[in-house]
Amino acid sequence: MEFTDRLRALLLSILVLAGFLCTWHFATRPTGGSAALDPEYAALMGAQVTEGASAMPGPLGVGQQIWEHVSNPFYDAGPNDKGIGVQLGYSIARVLLGYGFAVLVAIPLGFLIGMSPLVSRALDPFIQILKPVSPLAWMPLALYTIKDSDISAIFVIFICSVWPMLVNTAFGVANVRREWLNVARTLEIPAWKKALTIILPAAAPTILTGMRISIGIAWLVIVAAEMLVGGTGIGYFVWNEWNNLSIVNVIAAILFIGLVGMFLDQILAFATKLVTFPE
Amino acid sequence: MSTILRLVPEEAARPPEKGKPVASRLISIEGIAKRYPRKGGGEVTIFEDLWLPIEKGEFVCIIGHSGCGKTTVLNILAGLDTPDSGVVIVDGKEISGPSLDRAVIFQGHALLPWMTVLGNVAYAVKARNGSWPRAKVRDHARRFIELVGLKGAEDKRPAELSGGMKQRVGIARALSIEPKTLLMDEPFSALDALTRGTLQDEVRRICLETSQTVLMITHDVDEAIYLADKIVLMTNGPEACVAEIVKNTLPRDRARNQLHRLPGYYSLRNHLMDFLVSRSRTFKDELAAGLSWKPRNVPVVEPAETPELSPEDLPRLSAASN
Repeated sequence: MEFTDRLRALLLSILVLAGFLCTWHFATRPTGGSAALDPEYAALMGAQVTEGASAMPGPLGVGQQIWEHVSNPFYDAGPNDKGIGVQLGYSIARVLLGYGFAVLVAIPLGFLIGMSPLVSRALDPFIQILKPVSPLAWMPLALYTIKDSDISAIFVIFICSVWPMLVNTAFGVANVRREWLNVARTLEIPAWKKALTIILPAAAPTILTGMRISIGIAWLVIVAAEMLVGGTGIGYFVWNEWNNLSIVNVIAAILFIGLVGMFLDQILAFATKLVTFPE
Repeated sequence: MSTILRLVPEEAARPPEKGKPVASRLISIEGIAKRYPRKGGGEVTIFEDLWLPIEKGEFVCIIGHSGCGKTTVLNILAGLDTPDSGVVIVDGKEISGPSLDRAVIFQGHALLPWMTVLGNVAYAVKARNGSWPRAKVRDHARRFIELVGLKGAEDKRPAELSGGMKQRVGIARALSIEPKTLLMDEPFSALDALTRGTLQDEVRRICLETSQTVLMITHDVDEAIYLADKIVLMTNGPEACVAEIVKNTLPRDRARNQLHRLPGYYSLRNHLMDFLVSRSRTFKDELAAGLSWKPRNVPVVEPAETPELSPEDLPRLSAASN
């Protein structure tokens, strides 16, 4: 039963994909003929008007380009010509650095906020004001103070990943079931041990959910941040290819960004599963 | 009322002078009160000037309706709550918080769901005996898991257990730290009747074997009759009080399925039921009508079986019970 349901879903997915590819293919197909055009205009515009080809590449062209990227992902032929694997590698490294620092700050601070109503009330206005700020708004400030575009990008990732983790950790810690805390109290468990053996495992699913939201946001923001700071990374690659008017590479990059984002998300989904306990 | 209340001589029931321990007295609740701020100003008094002595090795049940503050009394004794006035003396010392000497069996079992059965019990054992090596902690925990009849379920997680098994783990955890007092807050109220029965048997067996001092909260009269040596009757809240302490006169080797055949069972049960049905509500009126009652020295009563009734006895009896 479950198998046939899954098979049906798979078939439907394939059908949707096929429909999309066909529509795309026929919509971007060269229409041929340009007889009625002013020859000067035709010469200026090239293939786009003489053959009726769209500037939008078709699925076959994109597929070919993706294959080229995949078959040679790690070449480095100067600042403007690096393999897609290299570009993605830069982006992932930045995300992991900024995100890693955010974990180191947000989880201990979230613990403190969750355990102390005083700290929670005192810090709440700052969190409420800073949380909705678009991380890119920090970019100029970061560039001015840090004076290094690479570290600035990492800082932007840090600042955007910090909030969901901080809020979720504080929430998870503050909402540990009272009866579990009472168990620790009646067993005279010292505070630090209570934090590690009761509060941490009890809040872990909520904390991991925050971390999962954060990694998603970090991966969204890195593309935009790299478009601004330039140099390397998948965001820079997209912007560079746009400047080259290579829509085919932009589309390929979108696909790779999506795949990497999914991969990062799945890692944390798996980690969340590990710490989730049935009740 | 069809029972004669035999009042136990006052000397035996009188609590000692404050702070002066009696040899066998383990716990002495001395004049505790709990008040909560009322919404819109003022205070609600849950109970006031409540006194209760508990001897070593005694099984004491508190019965009363919901909201009378019986759980609050237990929480204060556990150290999880603090009284607004009065003190609790344990072993001659005033308590200031929770202690490993007073283990709590929670109503909702309160197992840690990310740990196995063995993990839950071993966690408590390790808290009690910090210096023990891992193997010794585990052996000790296994012994108590076996004691409550859960051998073979050590590696299961709480979510895989039935309600009764979870509560068994809770009991094993509390017993494994070998506390001086066991505090139970309606431990069986969430269980079905069959499981409740077997668990009561287990608890009675273990407590008799180890002469465990126990304070248990319940609203189940039969549970109290089966388990308790002394049954504390609390009136309805707010401003609840301990109306009486009923001494259980049934033989110590009573069996659950033979209870109703024991002499004195019905008078005891009727007395408790009468209290829960009406007197818990009307006790204030009895006081207002001039009943001699001191919070510090609550009467200890023994409901005794009515002698064979003969018609000429009836008028005398009704006069006596009034």
